[in-house]
Amino acid sequence: MGADSRASDPGLFEYLLRLGDDRLVLGHRLSEWCGHAPVLEEDIALANVALDLIGQATHFLKLAGQVEGKGRDEDALAYLRDGIAYRNVKLVELPNGDFGRTIVRQFLFDVWSVLLLDGLQRAAHTELAGIAAKAHKEARYHVRHSGDWVLRLGDGTEESHRRAQTALDELWPYTGELFAADEVDRALAGTVAPDPAALEPAWRHVVSDVVRRATLTLPADGFMHSGGRQGRHTEHLGHLLDEMQILARSHPGAKW
Amino acid sequence: MVSRASTETELLELLRGIPDPEVPALDIVELGIVRRVELRPDGGVTVDVTPTYSGCPAMHVIEQEIVAALRAKGHDRVELRTVYSPAWTTDWLSDAAKAKLKAYGITPPALVAAEQPLVPLSSVVRRVACPYCGSSNTERKSEFGATACKAIHYCHHCDQPFEEFKAL
Repeated sequence: MGADSRASDPGLFEYLLRLGDDRLVLGHRLSEWCGHAPVLEEDIALANVALDLIGQATHFLKLAGQVEGKGRDEDALAYLRDGIAYRNVKLVELPNGDFGRTIVRQFLFDVWSVLLLDGLQRAAHTELAGIAAKAHKEARYHVRHSGDWVLRLGDGTEESHRRAQTALDELWPYTGELFAADEVDRALAGTVAPDPAALEPAWRHVVSDVVRRATLTLPADGFMHSGGRQGRHTEHLGHLLDEMQILARSHPGAKW
Repeated sequence: MVSRASTETELLELLRGIPDPEVPALDIVELGIVRRVELRPDGGVTVDVTPTYSGCPAMHVIEQEIVAALRAKGHDRVELRTVYSPAWTTDWLSDAAKAKLKAYGITPPALVAAEQPLVPLSSVVRRVACPYCGSSNTERKSEFGATACKAIHYCHHCDQPFEEFKAL
C-alpha cells in the first residue's frame, strides 16, 4: 500500500503537527529579533531563517490538515489551537534570551533538523518527502549560519565565550526531547520517518565537533526535559501563542 | 471569441510574460516556478507551480498573476497545483537566465555543491565574482539578503556591495 493513501491517519497527523509546530514556534521566536539584532546583516539573516521556518511549517501543517480530513487548513491549525494541542519540543518555545543563547539554540536545532529532513526526504511518503527535500536545502544554509556564529562567539571574547557556554549549559537539558520516541514515532519509524533515536549519534558528532572548535565544553548529560510532544509545555508557549494568535482569534475569518 | 486551440506551449509562452516580483530580470517560467501547463479535456487549465523557498512571500502574488494572465485570454477555470517533488533548484537556471541575472547586477548562482561539511571553517568561504567589475576580490557579508534567494557580498575592487543569487 502506498503511504500516500493513508488519509485520516491519526498517527501521521500527529507527526506532521510535530514537524510543523517545531518550525512555527521557532520561526515566531526568531521573528522577535526583527529590528533588534546586533547588526543589520544579522537582523536580516534571523528574519530570513524565521521566514523559511514559518514557510516550512505552513507546508507541513497544510498537509497535516489534509491528512486529518476535518477541513482544518494550515491557518486553522496555527491560529486556532490552544497550547495544550501544540506538539513542539520545549527547546523552541523558550524565550530568546541574549543573542548568544538564540544562536546556540538555533545551532542545536539546525543540526537536528538537517539530519531529520534528510531522513524524511528519502522516506516513503511522496508529498512529505518533497516538502522535506526543499526544507533540507534551506536548513543547510541555517546550520552554516548558526554554526559559524557558535564558532565566533565561543572562540571570541571572554564575554561572548561565557555567554555561549552558559547558553549551552542551560539549553542542553532540552535536547533530549529531540531524540525521544513514543508510539507515534515508532509507528512511522523506518517507512515514513526516521527513528528519532537513530539521529542522535550523527547530531552528537557534529555538535561536539563544533563545540570543541569553538573552545566550548560539551555539558554532561543529566536530567532531560520532556512533555512538549504530548502538549505539556512551559509557561512560555502560552504567552507566545497569545501574541501570535490574537488577531486571528479577535477577528475570526478576517481578510485584508 | 475564446480560442480553444491555444496550445499548452502558447500558454506557457504567455506565462513567460510574468516577471518574478522580486527578481524582475527573470520570468516565472525560466525561474522554474511554473513547472507545467495542462489544457484539460474539460477546457480548464491546470498549472503546476513550485515554491523556490518554503516561505517565499512572492508565491501568492505569482499565483494571482498566473490566474489573471490566463483569465485575460479567456481561461476562467484555472487550477493551480503546488508540486514539491523534485524540489526546486537553481541548477535548473539556463545559461541565458544566468546571463540576465548578471546583466541585472546579481551574481548568478554557482552549481549546487556536492555534499560538504555542515559547518565548514569560515576561512574556506568561497569568493564570488562581482557582477559589475568581475573581480574576485570580494567578501561575503551575509548568506541572507533582502530576499530569501540572495546573499550579500562586497567588492573591494570597485567598492560596491552586490547581491548573489544563492545556489540552492
